[in-house]
Amino acid sequence: MSDDEPRGLALRGVTVRHGSVPALSRVTATFPAGQISCVLGENGSGKSTLVALLSGLRRHDEGELLVDGTPVRFRSPRAARAAGIATVWEDLAVAPLLSVWRNFFLGAEPTRGVWPLRRLDLESARGTTARAMARVGVPDVDPDQPASRLQAGERQSLAVARALHFGARALVIDEPTTPMTVARQTLFGQTILDARAQGLAVVVITNNPRYAHLIGDRFLLLAGGQVAGNLTREDVDADGLTALMAGGDQLSVLSDALTALHPELGDR
Amino acid sequence: MADRLSAPGLARAGTPRVTRGRWVLERALTRPSLPALVVLALVLAFFALTAPELLSARGLAGVLDVAATLGIGGVAVALLMVAGQFDLSVGVLAISSAALTALLVGHAGWGMWSALLASLTCALLVGVVNGVLVVNTGLPSFLVTLATFLVLQGTTLAGVRAIAGSGRITALDEASGWSSAEMLFGSTAQLDDGRFRVSLLWWLGVTAVATWVLWRTKFGNAVFASGGARTAARELGVPVRRTTVALFCLSATAGWLIGTLGLVRFAGVQVGSAGLATGIDFIVVAVLGGCLLAGGYGSALGASIGALLYAVARQGITLAGWDPPWFQALLGVLLVVALVANAVVGHRLKGVPRS
Repeated sequence: MSDDEPRGLALRGVTVRHGSVPALSRVTATFPAGQISCVLGENGSGKSTLVALLSGLRRHDEGELLVDGTPVRFRSPRAARAAGIATVWEDLAVAPLLSVWRNFFLGAEPTRGVWPLRRLDLESARGTTARAMARVGVPDVDPDQPASRLQAGERQSLAVARALHFGARALVIDEPTTPMTVARQTLFGQTILDARAQGLAVVVITNNPRYAHLIGDRFLLLAGGQVAGNLTREDVDADGLTALMAGGDQLSVLSDALTALHPELGDR
Repeated sequence: MADRLSAPGLARAGTPRVTRGRWVLERALTRPSLPALVVLALVLAFFALTAPELLSARGLAGVLDVAATLGIGGVAVALLMVAGQFDLSVGVLAISSAALTALLVGHAGWGMWSALLASLTCALLVGVVNGVLVVNTGLPSFLVTLATFLVLQGTTLAGVRAIAGSGRITALDEASGWSSAEMLFGSTAQLDDGRFRVSLLWWLGVTAVATWVLWRTKFGNAVFASGGARTAARELGVPVRRTTVALFCLSATAGWLIGTLGLVRFAGVQVGSAGLATGIDFIVVAVLGGCLLAGGYGSALGASIGALLYAVARQGITLAGWDPPWFQALLGVLLVVALVANAVVGHRLKGVPRS
């Protein structure tokens, strides 16, 4: 690991356990500011746990989570967001029955007035939501309509707009499971590149090595909750990343074993 | 003010594929209280014809008296249901807290206000236990509060009999502080031949405050999100657990208020086996008012209209001279109508368009 780039997020020997099973085991990695770090790995490799850790949903059992070089321990996702780390969740974290602006500010609503009469600042919330949605290419959305009325793509945009609004320091993007159109994916990529240009630490969790190589500066490969590879763009090309992602070693072991049992497979 | 659960057609009113009539229909369907309001108008019209006394001052006072108590509990349970939880223990908590107040005043010689404060504390404690059990065990709140209901019912019956010798505690109006308590919880106003009780004002106040809290505060947002999208709420750092416990405390307080209103009204308390119906009534009222059983949708105003509907049906059947069991049959029919209407609304709202 490198200490020459203190800004951004970093993990130092982090272990996170689900009960007694470690979901992340002594993971050390950096996600520097102004760079796009892609996290790759199969299902169950600890990607989701990493997202949960960075966004404050889970806490680490061992090691350190560093934000701009300072060790932190978030009590809740709200604390992480207050520290400027915003997340685009895999499920988008959109409540279908709530209006667009309530979704946008859920958990961090702007208020005015003093306690017994402290109330939501509706005007500013609606205005901010409309502007933020326009910024991600959904210009004329009615902030008062329920999120369930949004198109699937618009809901993805809502999640991104929200993360951009709250993410002053870092953006964690867990690639949505809902299918994306090419236009939407382009917008996503553009957003990610813009965020990098603004000096944010961008962490993209993805299953797609080619996409990762297209946008990423650094690649963290996870397997079984451990770091299987920590590469930069210079180290690897798209094909190499694809092979690593597919578990190149495992695949050759598997094909050798199968060929030994069924020689006819070798002719293919 | 176009907020509510918001009108889907609003921004796209100009879009050609949405006709005016459809737009009005869609708008209407997003209001949880609307179906209840329509049914209330129908039932009211029906009983106005078959039992005209219902609309006299006396008849109205009777209806509002029933509706007030139900409404206070119904609004609290509606908030819980919006957050995706149930509370069966509100009804029995009313009796238990009233019995505790009566024992403290009648047998321990406490002043009225200190006894009320003590029973409120105990009620809140029950709310905290309910809430903490639900959020920590993840058990369905229906079962947790059923257990609370049984414990409270048994303890109250046995306790009152053991201490007071019978299920009745009376003559509390000698206690210090009784007159101020009576003013706050037992005042009445005579209008024509109808006697209107102060519980009506409590009901209106509870409904107004709950509506404001639900739509205009962070807490209200947390309530909606806890019920409608718990995972999203957790991911965004909404304090789901704290909100749930607070709501159980709120429904416990509503139970205490209902108990206190009854206690002051009769200057005593009579504990009998209340049956599970007292717990379910409030849920029925909330469902009549448009709350979805799955959570995430509903309103305090709707629950109040539901309470009114319940009260009109009950008083209407009494005044029309029908055999009282008909009320249960009618309530069942209304409940089915409400459940179907809510399911349709919920389906429409949650229906997610494909990309």
